[in-house]
Amino acid sequence: MNNISFEHKSGGLVFSNRTKVTFIIALFISLTITALIAITRGAYDISVIAVYEVILDNLNIATQTNSLFNTIVWEIRMPRILLAIAVGMALATAGGVYQGTFRNPLVEPFILGVSAGAAFGAALSIVYPQYLFSIQLSAFMFGMVAVFGAYSLASVRGQTPLVTLILAGVILGSLFGSAVSILKYISTETGLREIVFWMMGGFYYATWSDVYQIVPVVTICTIVLFIMGWKLNVLSMGEEEAKTLGINTERTKIILITLATFVTALSVSVVGIIAWVGLMMPHAARLVIGPDHRFLLPSAAIMGAIFLIICDTIARTLTTAEIPVGIITSILGAPYLMYLLRTKKNIFFG
Amino acid sequence: MLKLENLHFEYGGLKVLRDISFEVEKGQLCALFGPNGTGKTTLLKCIARLLNYEKGNVLVEDKNINKMKAGEIAKLIAYVPQEHKPPFPYLVKEVILMGRTPHMGGAFGPSKEDIKAAMNAIELIGIEHIADKPYTALSGGQRQLVLLARALAQGTKILLLDEPTSNLDFQNQIKIWRIIKELTQRGISALTCTHDPNHVLWFCDKVIVLGNNGVIVNGNPAKALTEETLNKIYGGVCSVKSFEDLQMVIPRSNGYSASTSTVEE
Repeated sequence: MNNISFEHKSGGLVFSNRTKVTFIIALFISLTITALIAITRGAYDISVIAVYEVILDNLNIATQTNSLFNTIVWEIRMPRILLAIAVGMALATAGGVYQGTFRNPLVEPFILGVSAGAAFGAALSIVYPQYLFSIQLSAFMFGMVAVFGAYSLASVRGQTPLVTLILAGVILGSLFGSAVSILKYISTETGLREIVFWMMGGFYYATWSDVYQIVPVVTICTIVLFIMGWKLNVLSMGEEEAKTLGINTERTKIILITLATFVTALSVSVVGIIAWVGLMMPHAARLVIGPDHRFLLPSAAIMGAIFLIICDTIARTLTTAEIPVGIITSILGAPYLMYLLRTKKNIFFG
Repeated sequence: MLKLENLHFEYGGLKVLRDISFEVEKGQLCALFGPNGTGKTTLLKCIARLLNYEKGNVLVEDKNINKMKAGEIAKLIAYVPQEHKPPFPYLVKEVILMGRTPHMGGAFGPSKEDIKAAMNAIELIGIEHIADKPYTALSGGQRQLVLLARALAQGTKILLLDEPTSNLDFQNQIKIWRIIKELTQRGISALTCTHDPNHVLWFCDKVIVLGNNGVIVNGNPAKALTEETLNKIYGGVCSVKSFEDLQMVIPRSNGYSASTSTVEE
């Protein structure tokens, strides 16, 4: 028994999060810079100085009088960028929360059928505008319906195993998918065009009223999720272990999933389906900053915001016409998953 | 310290635990021993309240924990699961810090005291050299040590261990047992599932032998694990010998073979 000495002195063992905090601050600064650059880009050529004059004017710091510039910069570009930030944060945070809760680095909010449900809601409201209040509300409602449907379908004796959950998501996804096809079939030409465009996702309709709707809610929900980061750490070690470490696992899981789904459905209802952000950003953040969700979630959120600003700027400046941003994220996202599939096979079965 | 009174548990109509009663004293290393399917792990999970028993009482220092919440139980009882690989590469020190979760008041995570407790646990188990490594990159034996340190950081008086040596090599098995022994000598009570009668004889202060109908025998391992008891639960394959002052359980040599075993079944 003597070979186990209990008299070790800790040799340089430190619990410090300074690097991680610094990284998050650096990310935040990059986000600000990205946004400031993105607002100067656009189809209509306005000089950098004129753009900032408009911003300063609206912040009551300086004055400028060109109303066309004001409309373009403050009424079109600004809400788009703010919305891209909010949606990027929402999707990336939700993705990180889903990955931690389901203990799988490859899930994202869309696996539970949010997208399919929301698409159906939107299509329904486009085809029958007389019955539903708005595309957004309808998309949001059916998105939530799909998730809770999948969740209750997957529950077996109070447990929700990942495999049944994914299968339930697939089932509901295909159900809503075929319903969307029916709606497309019976829809008019313009309706069909609108459905397709909505499903590809984009910020082209962004207005200040969208910003007022989305930004505060997303901010509050993501902050609550950030605060739950430590609990999510413990939960991701496994439900039984989390329970023996004193976590009320069922309650924690429900709060986490509900909030994550809520911000996702909210985002989808305004900007349509933007794939991959929820999968890629948490994953990339984990590679850089490690798996501690207290730091992972904020990093993923900011990275998501930066990513979406860049994608949206590409979408609106690459050609004279607008490209749906969902296409850009998919073009960038699919190779990332291919790379993961070929190089890190173990995470698919972990 | 830990007392069970008439515990019953059934799983889908199948009675798994019948009328289990026993006690573990302060500083005692107690083994839970018995063949497969007698409900050792189930019993541990009932005590940790991962499963809800329908009848009976579990008392910790004479306090009934039947009605306690997970957060309160986690301050009294630490559960050391079998080592496994989680999906995310948390660092060893982060995993150990998770043991402090029941003591964290605020929402933001560990305080200075929590970090100190985790450091102490790391030093006590002697795993400073791997504290900065990802938990997923360790060997099975190292991971089991980390889980032990995490339970220690939890600061409870009772440790429940689910076959802590089952996937480890001989050196690691002995190491883990010695550490558990050392912890009990510091006043922690440990209840450990195990399949190896020799480990029980070498390291434990007490053994509870579970059969299909509940506790068969309970007491000092040297007295409880007789050839008779062992052959009752294992169908006559064992023989108990003494080497110097150690007792050893070895396979019986009177022509026992695979063919007779099929006949016996």
